[in-house]
Amino acid sequence: MSDTTSVRLGTTEAQFGDYFALLKPRVMALVVFTAFVGLLAAPVAVHPFVGLVSVLFIAVGGGASGALNMWWDADIDRVMKRTRKRPIPAGLIAPEDAKALGFALSGFSVVMLGLAANWFAAGFLAFTIFFYVVIYTMWLKRSTPQNIVIGGAAGAFPPIIGWVVATGGVSVEGLLMFALIFMWTPPHFWALALFMGDDYDNADVPMLTVTHGCRATRVYILVYTVLLALIAIGTGFSAIGGVVYLGVAIALNIWFVIGAVKIWRRSEADSAADQFLVERKFFKLSLFYLFALFVAILIEAGLDRFVLGGLL
Amino acid sequence: MSFRPDHELHKRRFSRNMGVGLVLVALVAIVFGLTVVKVTNGDFERATAEVQG
Repeated sequence: MSDTTSVRLGTTEAQFGDYFALLKPRVMALVVFTAFVGLLAAPVAVHPFVGLVSVLFIAVGGGASGALNMWWDADIDRVMKRTRKRPIPAGLIAPEDAKALGFALSGFSVVMLGLAANWFAAGFLAFTIFFYVVIYTMWLKRSTPQNIVIGGAAGAFPPIIGWVVATGGVSVEGLLMFALIFMWTPPHFWALALFMGDDYDNADVPMLTVTHGCRATRVYILVYTVLLALIAIGTGFSAIGGVVYLGVAIALNIWFVIGAVKIWRRSEADSAADQFLVERKFFKLSLFYLFALFVAILIEAGLDRFVLGGLL
Repeated sequence: MSFRPDHELHKRRFSRNMGVGLVLVALVAIVFGLTVVKVTNGDFERATAEVQG
């Protein structure tokens, strides 16, 4: 960024951390973790260094799509309370710089993943970036209340990419991990939308809470949570599941469904009275839920490889 | 002979320049490490038949 740019923006100099924030570090952490689990759950061993850098490039690809999302959505981010401190609306980084960084890192991460692992995984990463930036950010987000449902696929691809890095192909187990995140995304974001008030409304984003109201959103949360529970418990009977996973999945899903039922039973007056306490708890639980479920898959992979594999 | 004092711009952009420098060093290390792994794993070896033929 040139001096003229910083003068134009009329703010302090953007630091390294501001550019890093463009990559959505919290989303990147989820990408790293789920891609890592996909890689380790695969039945084919990968050289540790190749595995490590592959996950790193998947994360860089995820970060690049985050930067492109912030470039395109700068107008929305300025309006919403949740996002107005991001580097572009805060005036620290020019939108053009975010676009350049996003495009450069997209190309870089895809090529490097192809060289490090295989070109099928690289193609998958390129498709994920395309899906998140073009299909979700540019098209669905502003046009349909199903934005989160379909767009959630972008966040669900990393474990498949991790799996493809190891095996070179897609299988049922990879698709099950995809389905877990895909079905988890709507209740997670709709719970957030419930307690974000009129943030999405002000930004003209057609979230379910805006287009169909909070009552319908509560029903949708319950329906998707039940469907998620079926997939999560069903995964326990696949090659990536097992006794440990099944135990964790049953406990977590009972807990999660109870949370969804509580949300469904509440009226708007109840929620306003305690400042959306139940919805906030459900949102936090959803973060723990996904983490614990993938840790259980990781434990099963470790048991297969180091305990049962050693005995057989 | 004395060093010129740093321009204000250098101080202002120190963290950014340092970050970019570290990222580039890490990239060199990654490419080097990948090359070593690929070569020692035999990813670039020609097929035996091709070598013999």
